[in-house]
Amino acid sequence: MPSAAHWQARQVARFKPLLFLLALYPVYRWFWLAATGGLTANPPEFLIRSTGIWALVALGLTLAVTPLRRLIGQPALVRLRRMLGLFAFFYTVLHVLGWAFWERGWSVASMWQDIGQRTFILVGTVAFIPMLALALTSTQGWIRRLGRHWQRLHRSVYAIAALSVWHFWLVRAGKNDFAEPYAYGAILAVLLALRVFVAVRRKP
Amino acid sequence: PALPATPNPQYWLSEKPTPETDVTGYNNFYEFGTGKADPRDRSGRFQTRPWTVAVEGEVAKPRSFDIDDLLKLAPMEERIYRLRCVEAWSMVIPWTGYSLSVLLNRVQPTSKAKFVEFTTATQPESMPGLRSRILDWPYVEGLRIDEAMHPLTMLVFGVYGKVLPNQNGAPLRVAIPWKYGFKSGKSIVRIRLLEEAPQTSWVKAAPNEYGFFANVNPEVDHPRWSQATERRIGTSFLAPRVETLMFNGYGEQVAALYQGMDLSRYY
Repeated sequence: MPSAAHWQARQVARFKPLLFLLALYPVYRWFWLAATGGLTANPPEFLIRSTGIWALVALGLTLAVTPLRRLIGQPALVRLRRMLGLFAFFYTVLHVLGWAFWERGWSVASMWQDIGQRTFILVGTVAFIPMLALALTSTQGWIRRLGRHWQRLHRSVYAIAALSVWHFWLVRAGKNDFAEPYAYGAILAVLLALRVFVAVRRKP
Repeated sequence: PALPATPNPQYWLSEKPTPETDVTGYNNFYEFGTGKADPRDRSGRFQTRPWTVAVEGEVAKPRSFDIDDLLKLAPMEERIYRLRCVEAWSMVIPWTGYSLSVLLNRVQPTSKAKFVEFTTATQPESMPGLRSRILDWPYVEGLRIDEAMHPLTMLVFGVYGKVLPNQNGAPLRVAIPWKYGFKSGKSIVRIRLLEEAPQTSWVKAAPNEYGFFANVNPEVDHPRWSQATERRIGTSFLAPRVETLMFNGYGEQVAALYQGMDLSRYY
């Protein structure tokens, strides 16, 4: 593809404020539902689930950036990836806070007990810890400081995504209701398979 | 439509009943879908007339009852019961109906009748949830005969002074307030008295998670979550969870049924 058709980093960056406002859609929606009585009879449950789903969606969008760049030949799109990743983190934090407050009443002892008692909470916690590390090291300063280790560290996003889908699958396991976890799992599998495909093709 | 009933002060609570919109809008009734609002949103085509209930098995006088006969079998009482779902949420609900024992006594259970099995209707054309394989349909629940004969065990025809809406198990269901909600079969078409314990739907689907007794017990956790506390539906979303009571607060009436039983084993 001729380089003239390539979007410049500056051009892509101009799109960032709009993406930021778009990525806040779930937040507008929650306020709208709260104002119109749409948070169901069990708002805490609704919000814990909703934040979890949106965290997964944002994570999927983050992982879609690289395949999309390759597909449409616009490498500068990488400029949007960090923001999407941080939105995945933002919704995950809300999800974790929702659990900590509504499920565990801010009691640290009770949170620990829950992690020990429920496999899906443990899996979710294990997914959250590296996500915290990725969010903290997402700044230019940390990218510079970590050098080539930065990319290695940030490859853990694949593990985080897999753990997140597993967490979701475990939530639904008792009800044998797997349609949604399978859908998210399939999307994730495609996004990861595209990377494997590219890596294999690059080899001589 | 209204379903007149006389309040029964013996079965009353001072707790504030859960708002009617929540009682009729937040339900588990998987035949209509697994979402909590699915039963309300998707049960409109469910047919509740004509309706008969076969009462059979280990009884001297097996017979089929028309719903209109059941509505007249005993005086309608209004009772306020707590409902505790196994998913750790709860409600306070004014039910209309009478004790199940009234019906069971009509058919004269034999000495071999040790258990009672409740079977829920299957109407494929009006129950979209039947297409999914979540449970082995029809939905089957069961009780030990002494549990079924207990005066608290209620045959329910109405809620909030009105005929039961489809999503709450029209035209008749049971309510067993000291057990997790899933024990209370809805839209019942058959009641069978048995010598052996029936194979119930949730025990079949996940025997390590759901026991036959399913008594509300804050000390016996579900394998995937604690049963120590519950969320009372309809309270402020900043309200803390409330402590779950042994036998859902009905211990005084029912604890004797389980004397000498290890409740962590027979959960």
